[in-house]
Amino acid sequence: MSIKDQIQEEVTIRFAGDSGDGMQLTGSLFTNTTALLGNDLRTLPEFPAEIRAPAGTVPGVSSFQLKFGSNEVLTPGDECDVLVVMNSAALKANLSLLKKGGIVIANTSGFDKKNLSLAKYPAGVNPLEDGSLTEYELIEVDVTKLVKEAISDMGLSYKDEERTKNMFVLGLLYWMYNRPMESTISFLETKFGNKPEIAEANVRVLKAGYFYGETAEIFSSRITVKQADLKPGTYRNITGNDATVLGLVAAARKSNMPLFFGSYPITPASDILHGLSMHKKFGITTFQAEDEIAAVSSSIGASFGGSIGVTSSSGPGIALKGEAIGLAVMLELPLVVINVQRAGPSTGMPTKTEQADLLQAMYGRNGESPLVIVAPSSPADCFEMAFEAVRISLEHMIPVMYLSDGYIANGSEPWNFPKADELKDIKVRLEGPRKDTESQFLPYIRDERGVRRWAIPGTEGIEHRVGGLEKEDETGNVSYDPDNHQKMTNLRKEKRDRVADFIPLQEVDQGKEGGEIVLVGWGGTYGSLRTVTHQLRKEGMDVSHIHVKYISPFPKNLKELLEGYDQVIVPEINDGQLVRLLRSEYMLKATPINKVKGRPFGVQELKAEVKKAIKTPVS
Amino acid sequence: MPIETLIDEFIAEHKADLDNLPGYSAKEFSSDQDVRWCPGCGDYTILKQVQNAMPDLGYAKKDIVFISGIGCSSRFPYYMDTFGMHSIHGRAPAIATGLKVSRPDLSVWIITGDGDSLSIGANHFVQLLRRNVNVNLLLFNNEIYGLTKGQYSPTTPVGAKFKSTPYGSIDHPFNPLALSLGADGSFVARAMDRDPKHLKEMILRSHQHQGASMLEIYQNCIVFNDGAFELFTDKKSRPTEAIYLEQGQPLIFGKEKDRGIRLDGLQPEIVELGDDFSKDDLWIHDEKDHTKAHLLSRFFEHPPKGQSVTFPRPFGVLYAADRPRYDEDVVNQVEYAKANHGEADLDALLEGPETWVVK
Repeated sequence: MSIKDQIQEEVTIRFAGDSGDGMQLTGSLFTNTTALLGNDLRTLPEFPAEIRAPAGTVPGVSSFQLKFGSNEVLTPGDECDVLVVMNSAALKANLSLLKKGGIVIANTSGFDKKNLSLAKYPAGVNPLEDGSLTEYELIEVDVTKLVKEAISDMGLSYKDEERTKNMFVLGLLYWMYNRPMESTISFLETKFGNKPEIAEANVRVLKAGYFYGETAEIFSSRITVKQADLKPGTYRNITGNDATVLGLVAAARKSNMPLFFGSYPITPASDILHGLSMHKKFGITTFQAEDEIAAVSSSIGASFGGSIGVTSSSGPGIALKGEAIGLAVMLELPLVVINVQRAGPSTGMPTKTEQADLLQAMYGRNGESPLVIVAPSSPADCFEMAFEAVRISLEHMIPVMYLSDGYIANGSEPWNFPKADELKDIKVRLEGPRKDTESQFLPYIRDERGVRRWAIPGTEGIEHRVGGLEKEDETGNVSYDPDNHQKMTNLRKEKRDRVADFIPLQEVDQGKEGGEIVLVGWGGTYGSLRTVTHQLRKEGMDVSHIHVKYISPFPKNLKELLEGYDQVIVPEINDGQLVRLLRSEYMLKATPINKVKGRPFGVQELKAEVKKAIKTPVS
Repeated sequence: MPIETLIDEFIAEHKADLDNLPGYSAKEFSSDQDVRWCPGCGDYTILKQVQNAMPDLGYAKKDIVFISGIGCSSRFPYYMDTFGMHSIHGRAPAIATGLKVSRPDLSVWIITGDGDSLSIGANHFVQLLRRNVNVNLLLFNNEIYGLTKGQYSPTTPVGAKFKSTPYGSIDHPFNPLALSLGADGSFVARAMDRDPKHLKEMILRSHQHQGASMLEIYQNCIVFNDGAFELFTDKKSRPTEAIYLEQGQPLIFGKEKDRGIRLDGLQPEIVELGDDFSKDDLWIHDEKDHTKAHLLSRFFEHPPKGQSVTFPRPFGVLYAADRPRYDEDVVNQVEYAKANHGEADLDALLEGPETWVVK
């Protein structure tokens, strides 16, 4: 059999196995190699909330989907072309995501009697043998046996041998998609630097997988995906949480202020705590607090002392932080609150994505408590928006809520990263020392933007008191005066609203200003909306796409822009939150498209919904 | 190196700063705000003694911060002419931790009450003590919720009848000093509003201690819980019902200083000084002895009104020991990373481990 060389524009691969099979690592390594080859790509890691759910069962399945191509890739793909399954549970959980005619690569040792029973296949049924996969191209590989053959002479334990299985699969796919192994080999050698025999075993198994592809003639073709036509520049691959970390570090550098990060571990935000903890040499202080409330409170304390106070969490933790965020609103101190959203309410589905905390960010505190809300639209965009969150918070002395989500936080894409000196400086206005003790120091005197100066302890002559009680304007003294409360409520709102003068105007991402249809989205749905818009336009429809990254306040031109379209459609991974804000803010008629399944919009699914919405009368 | 040499070196090194320290009077620590506690409230004495202690800290006003939570006592920062924050209920220890960790140069004080620190904020209270953040916590204990107008608190004795306990409280109270020792607090002390001289001394001891200092202050709430501590604070009963601890001194109390406490193994015993027992037989107070501090913290009876306690309630420093301070260690890690992990090159960080070029 001769092997054909084939060129494809894009490919979606899904690695699925038991939580202990190392599927996340396998996916990440394939991603890094693919990124280095210059493909555009997007990833979707999916894993159970349990650390080690019972091995071999469906709830214990962990998977990693990756789409890469020579064209623009903005979503991790609806259906996959290739599904790698390490056991029968992984097949059961993921087969519905494989396109008809797609390839299943199955590790046959994961389909023994025990595994089939754990995956709850009826007795005597083996999907590899019962003809149920005839619509697909099935490639059976006894990975366990082949791994053993490759490294049996090394005298490793059975457990250590088993742990290298994922490298065999990775090697096989590297051959299949024409990818070099160097980057992965160097990763393995570094990772197992102090265990050279484990490093060697992994490298040998990786190569064994690669050469098995070459010699076993199990594939009818070998596929090449050419370099994508990205904007020229130097790229790296990055996840949303990592980009958030870098955005914070860069903002600290550009504002020349120390950064204090108080956090409490929570999925899917913890990687931000891990990431920042490694960057202490940049003058970053991280504090793992005893709870969510202490995390935000310590950040407020640090902010009072002149640090950029940042805290991070996910929905349930943000609920706990609510009172303290209100305090920061009242004190008028900088504070960045990162919410990596997940499916709720309550504990919800910790490892599944959702965008249902927008109204919590907007209204989830007692009293009139205005703050700024920004939302990154993709993994790499997390860098820019984290930087912006810090900038706005410092320059406007106001808490900023940063709404990421589990999908972009864990997903990755190529990033044309900036140079440090291309980043703009953040201008902090500190109150200076005062020798003049005749006149009273006024901590809440404001500039033309309604912003007070940051008056930090250690500065002579400006000793003053702040607090959560309503304060008199300028002096900050406690005040229960009715007119004063009205005035202060207005001042806090105006200060937030005036931020609109210091953020970019809203742009149309694709399409034109004005027309028949506009899709309006925010946050992590960017890739799906962009792809759907692109496809609908190719079909000849007059559809544009606007993605809102500054939500409170909205960009000044947003209302006018939206009024230029016949129909505004707002797809969201929630039950209709941005759409409510647009309606109440602008008295705008808009059609919502909503889904809450813990997964991002699939392109085909969303396209169908948009077509349906176009026919639905506008409400 | 002997401690004297270290002190001399420090003075020589910081001579300019020390010479230029502003000389303050207590009055200068009083802010322009009217104090709004009830007339006769124990908070007034405490405020006065804190203001009296301030000039002795060796800190400039600009470097002193008072952080409070919510409750009557938490209005305190508004009355001090230093930096201050009146924050939210129970969270002052967490706010102070963030402040001190990021600004170790400041003298940070926490003002809190029994409801604030032992109920809604109890978690932050114990975490502060176990971490040993170098701040001073003044716990105003009046065994009542005052600001919400008279509900029982987590230090109210069982049986007490208040608005929310018309049939008597069935809630077992905290023993704040035992709790603090249990949380590995490195400085645990008690004072009372009715003995201002001793109170000021304890405030200064709290300041001098390097680490988290927990000073419980018995404070009389004249409106909702008047006389809660009368047994210990009234000059008539104080000599027999309270005992003042002094480092290296035997445990003696009584109107005629005629009673003492000795230890039979780990069993405390009250003895009459005279023919059978002399001072030499008594328990000598040692602030560094954790086990004995625990025993002292258990002198915590709540006798029915009109009755005496068996063991007198201790006042003074029960425990003070040196151990690593969290704020210092945080700073040290940052400094270590700066010194040993290469240049903080932002471009290198943004670039990451692997890149590729698109032409």
